[in-house]
Amino acid sequence: MKHTIIAWMEDKPGVLSRVAGLFRRRNFNIESLTVGHSETPGISRMTFVVDGDDRQIHQVQAQLFKLINVTAIEDVTNDPTVVRELALIKVRATSGNRAEIIQLVDIYRANIVDVDVDSLIIQIAGSEERIDSLVKLLHNFGILEMVRTGQVAMVRGSNTKPPIRHNGVS
Amino acid sequence: MAERKSGAQIVWESLLREGVEVVFGLPGGATLPIYDALAKYEYPIRHVLVTHEQGAAHMADGYGRATGRVGVCMATSGPGATNLTTGLATAYMDSSPVVAITGQVPTSLLGRDGFQEADIHGVSMPITKHNYLVTDVRELAQVLKEAFYIARTGRPGPVLVDICKDVQQAETEYVYPDEVNLPGYRPTLTAADPEGIARAAQLLNLAERPVILAGHGVIIANAEDELIQLAEKAHIPVATSLLGIGAIPQIHPLSIGWGGMHGEAFTNYALQESDVLLVIGARLDDRLTSAFSTFAPKARIIHLDLDPAELGKNLRIDVPLVGDAKLTLRELIPLVEPNQHTTWMDQIAEWKRDTDRRDLLAQETDELVPPFIVRQLWHLADEGNCIVVTDVGQHQMWEAQYFLHVKRRGLFTSGGLGTMGFALPAAIGVQLGRPDETVWVIAGDGGFQMTMGELSTVAKEGLPLKIAIFNNGYLGMVRQWQDVFYNKRYASTALYNPDFVKIAEAYNIPATRVTDRAGVAPAIRQAQAHNGAFLIDFQVEPFTNVYPMVVPGKSNADMIRRPLPTEVEEE
Repeated sequence: MKHTIIAWMEDKPGVLSRVAGLFRRRNFNIESLTVGHSETPGISRMTFVVDGDDRQIHQVQAQLFKLINVTAIEDVTNDPTVVRELALIKVRATSGNRAEIIQLVDIYRANIVDVDVDSLIIQIAGSEERIDSLVKLLHNFGILEMVRTGQVAMVRGSNTKPPIRHNGVS
Repeated sequence: MAERKSGAQIVWESLLREGVEVVFGLPGGATLPIYDALAKYEYPIRHVLVTHEQGAAHMADGYGRATGRVGVCMATSGPGATNLTTGLATAYMDSSPVVAITGQVPTSLLGRDGFQEADIHGVSMPITKHNYLVTDVRELAQVLKEAFYIARTGRPGPVLVDICKDVQQAETEYVYPDEVNLPGYRPTLTAADPEGIARAAQLLNLAERPVILAGHGVIIANAEDELIQLAEKAHIPVATSLLGIGAIPQIHPLSIGWGGMHGEAFTNYALQESDVLLVIGARLDDRLTSAFSTFAPKARIIHLDLDPAELGKNLRIDVPLVGDAKLTLRELIPLVEPNQHTTWMDQIAEWKRDTDRRDLLAQETDELVPPFIVRQLWHLADEGNCIVVTDVGQHQMWEAQYFLHVKRRGLFTSGGLGTMGFALPAAIGVQLGRPDETVWVIAGDGGFQMTMGELSTVAKEGLPLKIAIFNNGYLGMVRQWQDVFYNKRYASTALYNPDFVKIAEAYNIPATRVTDRAGVAPAIRQAQAHNGAFLIDFQVEPFTNVYPMVVPGKSNADMIRRPLPTEVEEE
């Protein structure tokens, strides 16, 4: 089953290479991966979605934990979380269907962030499913370009766990 | 105010602070400043010039395994650094503490594919515990401090520090840090959690057919005494992995040998039939377990390791224990009840009698079979009172089968990576780390030729290594697989060998050749009596194969056995 895992790591040269190399070498099945700054200077926060059985999910965390630059790991799959992904979708838009597209964008609470004579860029932030659903509909108009960030996740509530966790034994 | 020093000086000053006595290396363009500082300031560190950088890495590895202290090797950029990789991967697989220092092109040339630039930082990532590229001299001392700390603590392993040439030349105020700042590195330095230990004790106390499987981790943790105490108190037989050999003296009544693909049948039967299996510091790799799903099918498995990633990696574990072996066993011992597993030990003894009847040495032949040499060496070394360093292949298995190891840290071999060419250079490191011991190298003719250039290092450094080549004219273990699985089609396994006696003599190392059983003991005695290095070329019966042998994909209970003597006669 798919797990959403957050890893905190020191922002040092080569750290992404180490993580990517580990995923490749151990043959982990990574569905999406996104990384950026965390609230702590010098610490990056990575969210990734990995598919696998219990053994693989345990291994991915335990092996990541062995990387010297990785400071904490948390599997948030079973926690109440806010999970979001951002997508930019450039669709073909003619004067004939522009209104129809705008209506869809409203329904999905997305935004139009660029308008040209024969195209629009739509920005949508939301769950993977909601974006999938909009993308499916937009295919009818012709998607010219698309970029998706992959999912980021955060546990709900103010009860933040300190980003030091996981002794590798689940 | 702290004194200003060059990066090159900082390297040596830091090594001294870490207690380094010997460095194995070969200088080159990108390490010239480091070597110049060694000559200029006459640091009291012995530099052992090697023939090839792979040898330097194996030497540092051997030194690390033999002493438990960090072994250090040094190479220049580009090919020098890439030549280290086989040795680093070997050390990584077998958890050996090594720090490798490499020179790199100047920071201004990084990434421009200049002369002798190789991205060793990237190359070595998957085969080191950690690595660094140093581009600022102000970071150098901190990096070296961390490198040594990471290499030796927790589960030991190799750490590579790549230092740009201009960093070696640049100066900064040198202060060797007292502490490391590694928020993401929390090595296991304590005992496992008490609940887990209690559960383990409960299982062991109720067991009828318990077995302890001791791995390299027991030796690394110096937990041999605790292992033996536990085994004796609860009367539990102890099997080991190949690298766990020596964790319990192999003449101990509770020692039942080592398990796996070429382990003795009685050992594998005991593992397979056990109802509770306590694994301590072993990775449970495929050479030990065979097909994972078939291993110890009746056992509840307790697995103690300080690396959480090893627990459940290959097998389903009933009681995972993350902890230091020595400290955890100390907590466990009081919780196990004194016991007598007489029926179980009788059963194992019965299996062992069958193994003994199939012993190659019990069979009537005058051939110079390798086990005969191994056993002779064992007798003549006061029943195993020497260190043995083996290479990889058939001889490695025979040594492990027929040399009863009683000495702690007395066998060094490349178990995980299976690196041919390991033995000779590793033995150089072992001998320098343990100068008062007699060190025997046992190597095949194939593996020996991979690194035999290091005979030069042996001669130059005046090391009294005793070298035994088991010369069968083949890449024997590969040939054995061709025998068993490829219908005896010997594709590229026959060797064209040099005259090893002449090779040794070319380095001023005396040597002799043995072609029959009668010559074995005199040659070994001659080697022992000689005050220096000595090489023996044993021309062994070429087609003897290693048995028992577990067919890959099958279970450890499903071995190709050695034939019974009666079956031999019938042939």
